[in-house]
Order: sequence, then C-alpha cells, then structure tokens
Amino acid sequence: MTGSVEQLVNREYKWGFVTDIDADSVPPGLNEDVIRLISAKKEEPEWLLEWRLKAYRSWLSMTEPQWPNVTHAPIDYQSIVYYSAPRTQAPLGSLDEVDPKLLETYTKLGIPLNEQKILSGVAVDAIFDSVSVGTSYKKALAEQGIIFCSFSEAVKEHPDLVRQYLGSVVPTSDNFFSALNSAVFTDGSFVYIPKGVRCPMDLSTYFRINAQNTGQFERTLIIADEGATVSYLEGCTAPKRDENQLHAAVVELVALENATIKYSTVQNWYAGDDEGRGGIYNFVTKRGKCAGRRSKISWTQVETGSAITWKYPSVLLLGDDSVGEFYSVAVTNGRQQADTGTKMIHSGRNTRSTIISKGISAGQGNNSYRGLVKVLPKAEGARNYTQCDSMLIGNRCGAHTFPYIDVQNRTASVEHEASTSKIGEDQIFYCKQRGLDTENAISVIVNGFCKEVFKELPMEFAVEAQKLLGISLEGSVG
Amino acid sequence: MLEIKELRAGVEGTEILRGIDLTVRPGEVHAVMGPNGSGKSTLAQVLAGHPAYEVTGGSITFLGEDLLEMEPEERARAGIFLAFQYPVEIPGVTNAYFLRAAYNELRKARGEEEIDPIDFIDLLEEKLKIVKWEPEIMQRAVNAGFSGGEKKRNEILQMAVLEPKLAVLDETDSGLDIDALRIVADGVNALRREDRSVILVTHYQRLLNYIVPDHVHVLAGGRIVRSGGKELALELEARGYEWITGAVEAVA
Amino acid sequence: MSTPFAEAFATFAANGGGKPDWLAPVRQRAFARFAEVGIPTTRDEEWRFTPVAPLSEHPFAPVSAAARPLAAAELAPFIFGHAEWPMLVFVDGRYRAELSVRPDLAAGVTLGSVADAVARDHPLVREHLGRHAGPEATPFTALNLAFVRDGALLHVPAGVTLPQPVHALFVSTGDTTDAAAHPRNLVVVDAGARASFIESYVTLAPGARYLTNTVTEMVLGPQAWMEHSRIQRESESAFHLGFTQVDQARDSHYRSFTLAMGGAIARHNLHVQMNDSNVESLLYGLYLGHGTQLVDNHTAIFHDHPNCNSWEVYKGILDDRSRAVFNGKVFVKPEAQTTDAKQTNRTLLLSDGARVDTKPQLEIFADDVKCTHGATVGQLDELPLFYARSRGIPVDAARTLLTWAFAAEVIDEVAVAPVREELGRLVHSRLTKGS
Repeated sequence: MTGSVEQLVNREYKWGFVTDIDADSVPPGLNEDVIRLISAKKEEPEWLLEWRLKAYRSWLSMTEPQWPNVTHAPIDYQSIVYYSAPRTQAPLGSLDEVDPKLLETYTKLGIPLNEQKILSGVAVDAIFDSVSVGTSYKKALAEQGIIFCSFSEAVKEHPDLVRQYLGSVVPTSDNFFSALNSAVFTDGSFVYIPKGVRCPMDLSTYFRINAQNTGQFERTLIIADEGATVSYLEGCTAPKRDENQLHAAVVELVALENATIKYSTVQNWYAGDDEGRGGIYNFVTKRGKCAGRRSKISWTQVETGSAITWKYPSVLLLGDDSVGEFYSVAVTNGRQQADTGTKMIHSGRNTRSTIISKGISAGQGNNSYRGLVKVLPKAEGARNYTQCDSMLIGNRCGAHTFPYIDVQNRTASVEHEASTSKIGEDQIFYCKQRGLDTENAISVIVNGFCKEVFKELPMEFAVEAQKLLGISLEGSVG
Repeated sequence: MLEIKELRAGVEGTEILRGIDLTVRPGEVHAVMGPNGSGKSTLAQVLAGHPAYEVTGGSITFLGEDLLEMEPEERARAGIFLAFQYPVEIPGVTNAYFLRAAYNELRKARGEEEIDPIDFIDLLEEKLKIVKWEPEIMQRAVNAGFSGGEKKRNEILQMAVLEPKLAVLDETDSGLDIDALRIVADGVNALRREDRSVILVTHYQRLLNYIVPDHVHVLAGGRIVRSGGKELALELEARGYEWITGAVEAVA
Repeated sequence: MSTPFAEAFATFAANGGGKPDWLAPVRQRAFARFAEVGIPTTRDEEWRFTPVAPLSEHPFAPVSAAARPLAAAELAPFIFGHAEWPMLVFVDGRYRAELSVRPDLAAGVTLGSVADAVARDHPLVREHLGRHAGPEATPFTALNLAFVRDGALLHVPAGVTLPQPVHALFVSTGDTTDAAAHPRNLVVVDAGARASFIESYVTLAPGARYLTNTVTEMVLGPQAWMEHSRIQRESESAFHLGFTQVDQARDSHYRSFTLAMGGAIARHNLHVQMNDSNVESLLYGLYLGHGTQLVDNHTAIFHDHPNCNSWEVYKGILDDRSRAVFNGKVFVKPEAQTTDAKQTNRTLLLSDGARVDTKPQLEIFADDVKCTHGATVGQLDELPLFYARSRGIPVDAARTLLTWAFAAEVIDEVAVAPVREELGRLVHSRLTKGS
C-alpha cells in the first residue's frame, strides 16, 4: 500500500492534558481498612460496607483471568490509589459552583456541559475521577419520576432501589475485576425509569481519569421498569501518562417487562504511545438482564482507545420474547490490544439476539472477537444471528475470532458468519480517482465497513465516532 | 372442480385476501392478474397449503373435498400442483430422485405399485422433450445452481411428470426471456386436457398470448374486482391496472 | 492415584515393546511426556466439551495374546466391494498378513506394516515416525508414541500414480474387554506422486468397550496429490481418539473426507500444516450422533506461506441425546499473503436432547487475505420441506429426504466412487432407521 498513508498515523492524543486540582486521596494500597475508609468517606450504610467487604474477600481468593488474548506486565494492586476526589466538598446547586478548572477541562474535551448543550437535550452526569461533580437537567427528569444521579447520591436518596438491584446482574464474585470493583467502587451513575415512562432525552455520562495512579472503579446501574424506555450514552477519555492506569468498571442493566434499554459507548481512553508505554487498561464488566417478557437490551460500542480492552457487554435473555443486541466497532492501532465481544444467554422462549462486530486492526494492534451464544434447553424457538467482520490494515497486526456456540435446544436457529478483508488498493485508487486523498479514502472505506454499527448510535455520537475512527487510524497504512 | 368461497387469509396477523370467490370447472384456464401486493401469490400459496399463511375465513372445495383440511402432500396427491414463483433449491438431492419419490407417492395414493427405476427413466425421457431438456439435467440437485429460467422449466417438467388435475402457475412467466417463455407455454399447452384445469397467476398479459385463458380475473386489495374473458387481459395491458383499481377505490 | 496406563506401559515394554534399541527411548520419553500432562480435563480449553476422564476408569491395555483367526468373509462388509484393492488389515492393533492384500505395485512403492518396517530398520521409519505428530501435540499422541508398534506404511516415490486406493482397515474384535490399540500410520507421497488412502476403523462387536488411539502422519512432497478418506465406525461403547497430521510441500494438493459415526466418545484432530506456497487443502467432514454418543472434530489449518487455499465443510446430524463438538482453527501468518480460506460448519439437531458446541476460530496476521467462516445450528429449513410436501411427499419422508440431502452434500465430495456409494448407503440406512 502507499507510503503516504503511513505518514498519517502519528497524531498526538489531543485529550492528553492534566487538570491541576487539589485532590483528596487515600494512600495507595488495598486492604479492609481502605475499604472501610472509602465507605466512611461516602457515608454509606452498613449493608453496603458489608457488601464491599464480602466482595473484597472473594476477590482475595481469585486470580486474574489468563484466557484473554492479551499480554501485559503484572498489575500491582497495592500501588493503586483507590480513592481520589477533587477537594470541592460543598454540595453543588448549579454549574456555577463547579470548579472553573473542571469546566475548562470539559470544554477542552468538548463536553458540552453548558446551556446550549442542555438545550440540545442531553442531560450529563460527569464523573471526574471518582466523584460526580455536576448533574444537569435533573429537575426536568425528576418531574417524570426519572431518577438520574450519581451512584453515591442514589445510595443516600434511593437506598431501597440500590439495595434491590445492586449486584443482581453481576454478582460480586462474578469475575476478578468485578469483585475488585464491588469492593472499591467510588461512584458512577444511577438511572431509574418508572413504569411506562419513555425517557424524553438521551442520558449521558462522560468519564475521565485525571489523577495519576488512580484506578477508576465506577459503578453504573440502570433500571427500566415495566414498559419504560431509555437511551444512555457513555463517553470516555483520559489524559496521557507514562504509567498504565487501571479502569475496572461494572455496568448493570435491568429491563423489566416490555422495557427497552439502549446503552451506547464511545471509548477513547489513552492508548499508550507507539512503544506501548502507558495507556489505560480497560477491564470492564457490562451485563444486562432482560428480566421481563418482551424486554430489550441493546449495547452499542465504539472502542478506539485504551492500551488493553477487555470487555464483553452481555445480555441474559430470561423473559420470553426478549431481545438482546450487540453492535461493536473496535479499533486497535499502535500496540493496542482488544479482546472484546459479547455473551448472549438464551433462557426464555422465542428470545432473539443479534451480534454485529467490526474489528479493525492496524499498526501492531491485536484485535480479538470473543463471543458466546448459548441456547439453554428451555429456550424454545431462540434465534441468533452473528456477523463478525475483521479488517486488517498493514501486515504487523492481527485479527482473531473466538466464537463459542453452545446449542441445547433443537428448535433454536443460530447463524454465525465471519469474514476478514483488507482495504484494497483498487478501492483507494478508485476513491482517489474521484478526488479523495488517501486519508479520506481510508476514512470513507472504514466508515462504510462500520456502517451497520454507526447507524445504531445516536446521531451526534455517530458523528463523533466517525471522527475518532479517522483519528485512530491516521497513518496506519504501511 | 375448484370452488373458493369468501376466502380470507393472511400472514403473521396481516390480512391479505379479503373475501375471494372463484369457481374453476374442469378443462378451464383461469388467469388471475393484478398489481404487486394484490394477493395473487398468497392465493396460490394458500391453495397449496403453505404453513406460513393462515386462513381466517371462507372455504375451498376441491373435487368435493374440503381442501383446507388437507396437508400439503395430501393436496398434491389429490391433484393440485403449484409451480412456485421462486422454486426451492434442495442441494444434495438429485432431480431424478426427487421426482421419482414424488411420482411414487402419487402412485401409492392411487393404490398402484411403485414404478421401476428403469421404467421411470423412459417416462422421464418423454417428459423431458416437453421442456426440450437433455437427461443429464436429472442428475443435478433440485434447482441448485439453476438459472431463473431453468428453475421455471424444472417446475413445468415436474408438472408434466406428476400430471395434476389442477395446475397453479405462480408468476411462472416472470424473469423469462422469450425463448424460455415459449418453452414454458408450450409445456402448459401440451398438458391441457378436458379434465385438467389451470390457474395462471401473472402480472403481465404477455404469457396469455401463448396460453389463452377462458376467464380472466383481476385481483386488487385482496378481492377479485373484475372478471371477464380473455379480452379483459388485453384491455388491462392497454390501460394499466389503475384503470380498474382506481375505479374501485372511487366506488368504495 | 497412579498414572493411568503406567501398568500397561510396563507390561508393553517387557513384552517386546522395548525393541529395537533406537525406538525404546523414544517410547520412554513419550510415556514420560504423557505421565507429565496426564489425561486432559474439561478445564483444558482443547478438551472443554469432551470429557475423556472415564479413560482412566478402565484398564485399557494392548492385547498380548494372539488374536483368533478371522475369515475374509467377516471383513467383507468393510471393503467397499473391492477385494482386489491393496489393503492392510490390522486386528486389535496388529498387522495380519493373511488377511491383507498386497498386489504388485509400481516400482519403488512401499506398502506394508510399520512393525515390519521397524524390524527391517526401514529408513522411512527413522526419518518420519513420530516426527510429524510428536508427543507434544496432544496427551494422546504422546500415549500413542509410547505404545507405538504397528500401523500402515505407504510410500509413493516421485512421479508415481497409484491406480487404486490403498485401504488400511483397523478391526476391533471385542474379544478382549478393554483392549487398547495405538496404531500409527505413516504415509509419504513424494514429489509429483498421486495416491488415494483410506483409513477405516470398524468393529466386529458393536457393543464392545475398547480404546482406539490412533495417529496418522502424512507427508506430501512438492506437487504431490492425495485423497484421504477416514471412516470411523467403532463400537458405540468404544473410545476413539485420532490425530492426523498432514505436512504439505509447495504446490501439493490434499483432499480429506472424514466420517465419524461410531464410538461412545470419539475425537479426531486433523491438522494441516502448509510448509510452502501454492498449497491447496480441502477438508470435508460428516458426523452423526445418536443415543448418548459424543463426537468431536477438531481441525487446524496453518497457513504459514503465501498463496495457499483451504476449503473446509463439516456437517453434523445429531439425534437422541447425542452431543457434538466442532472446533475449526485457521491460522494465517503475516507472510501468508493472498491466503484464501473458507470454513463452514453446520449442525442439524433432530431431537430435544441433542446438543452441539461449535467454535470456528480464525487467527489472522496478514492483511491481503480472504478468510471467512460460518456456523449454523438448527433444524431443517421450512421452505424445502413445504416444497417436497407440495409434490406429494409425506412430511416424515420429506424430513428424512432433506436430512439425507444435508449429509449427501458432503458425501458427494468423497473422491473414490465405490467409497462414496458405500458411505452413502451406510449413512442413508442410519438416517432412515432412526425415523
């Protein structure tokens, strides 16, 4: 392929600045005292502390998963700071009270935490390191009975809901990283949509890891009660540092009868430099439970960042006629590694799932799709369709697919298709002949490749995702 | 031979046929015409008993029997043959095997012995002449890798072998070039007999130049909106479907 | 618990398994390797869905007593109606010259038993035996090498075309309970030579419990051409573990068909190593399960060089409470540009208790490649079923017909006509018996 394309690669991470804010942190390391301290600082009820300690004790007996197709230096869990909060402790009534430096950060990030943005209909719950600093548009939502707040606030204001659903989809001992998260999570988002309510706007959270050596362990819980509908957007960026930072979030979704949850992620954490130094370890557990009949959970993700991504947004299809969807674009460039995919567990009758995965490998990146479609004996009439496409750009990268299909009901129909392709020189030539430069040509071709996923994203997210994709792949052809 | 009364049918809860009345006597050729989506193909599929279509009202009597009570294979053995609009590919089963299996089922239903494979080859050779095919085609898998025209010819060949009492041709003319159309039409004409009826489901008048119908019916919105002689088809060709469907809407 | 097979190995080594001098340490090392890794558990990814732990519950050991005489008539059902084909017959793991057929073959062709070749110190044995499917491949290739004594040996020298297929027939008599056979076959086809090789694993005692742990090492020279058929019809109480390693040189062509329909637990690994460019490999497979059978196929194709093609189609039909496992790996190295690899796996589940675990796996490191895989699981399509019924075929017959057609699509790929026809009859009778 042409050399000119290669020159387009090395563009700097433009979100790699650090905000200089005095932070309230605990010393590095993890033990029961640290957990008690976190819980105390957050003024949590006793049951939650006990829940954390239980998770911590099971974590102690667990080991990091070895099966992902990724490699990294051992993580020293005792060198991580498990709690860091900006020292702005007065309760925030309005955005004016937020530290201007924080707002500046958001502005640099392009996060529209301002009036125009609010007018455009996006309510934003911004997570800065571990504590939620500002929630907009809460009142308008509250009028419909919608709860959209930080997790800490939910623990205080809606303890019964939290206690009922926390850990009901991802148990504390589910896996190594979810157990760690359950022990030390500091904040996150909480959403509750009451019966029959269609949330009038997309809810959005931007995450950002700022403080050095801070692990970010946010916890998100979204509950859509019977007949409710919600679309939730999540975007992530992190500053540029030489060290690796750990991000081990847990997201739990619960959809009751006839409820629909759509969860969209654009993940652009710092990926590390060309030599593979620094970058986020993004080890996330995301899972939804279609608990009721005709419920639906749809995951859409665009993963362009992080040094290592390990995540499998999954759906447990318990209710009859429930629907699970997973749409994913994962890009690995430089030395990035991604091992991502989904699990669709069909338990209810006539449950349906769709999986569309687009993996793009460039540079020396390694991209693995790992998926499980499981049809349990009682899942009469279950249907799955999986399409899993890989694109390789250059000859030092790798694409891997590990789809597991386990069918235990004969009335099920499971279809899996996978393909691998490259950007053809003839395609680039054709685009150039029509007047596009190489960068644009690649962008056009790759966006075409990802079209089926982008169309699932809310409009403005789709635009951002396309831009990110272009940036991630700059100079990747060689 | 065939009596359809007040037939209502649909698919997945959507009603497509909204009260069809049609009587076909022995030896008659009926053309059922209509714009896309009028329910022509649904009528053909319902006659053959496609499981995806649900009959919600009315009756169909075929040779005195209640057709709606019969399984698809029972209908076939009773003498109904549907030439599919999209003939189905069955990789792995040769044409010869498939057709002989079907032919033997018919014989069994009539209380006859199964045909000897050698005799069947002789029979096939006769029938192949109707569609102007060489015997090699019989060793290919059913419709697998066939062109659109070949598939349609294969339907006519099957019809020739199975010798139905009522043949329903579902858009057998669509996608055919003029030579293939002539072969298909000649095949149908060769099978015309006093005790054999034909329902031609078609969008265009073209086929009717070759197979002259006794009756023409126009289907629109799930109902027969006009019936007439062969001249009705020519009028439709000249004036378009809107001539009729528009008029009906104006009345309604 | 003592190491499984340790006692059997000690007995084997004492009863002639210690000879010749050069082979004894090879066996010892192989057994040491097996003892080290042991019988795999379902915690091992490669054996995740295939529990072979029951192997250690029975004292499987090679048969030491001389087997009873067999009449040629007893083998008649297994020879595809061609008594004149070159055939090597092994009974309970040992070569039987009086049952075998060794016509005059072209000059330079070697056809015989591995045991004879070892006794005569044939250079091919030292050069190849255990070199292609060594003790590291799986625990059972190690076990096989530890107990290696006999098997089929075929060498086709450069430029020679064998006019007839060569059949290696492995018969288990079931006369001794818990008999173990560890045959190791060696097939070497030199540059430009062409041959067809059939391996059959059959039994005279359909209910007998025994173990077949077999390995085939196949070495194809430049422009060599091989059609390989592997028919597994073991007793439905038997364990069958098979490993086939195919090493292909430049411009060689390998075509494989495997039928697996026997065994209580049956596993076959087929590994194809492309050692140079312009290699072509076609892999077809059919697996049938009924009762409580478990049938497992693992294939791995290593595209290590440019411009090679692989085409793989594996199909399965599962009835009753049977289970199938399919794992198809395709590895494409960075230098393997313009690779064209296509893999298809389809499984029909005929009954409520049947289950399949399938994992088509691609690992690709080159960008200018065409690699696809597809897997489907389900029932027969409704449309062809309706089509057949609309032609008067009763619904049950239509189902059987379409199930047969599903299988026939791969059986049609068997290159040797008499084998194709015989397998067609075999599979057809199995499918119609069930309905």
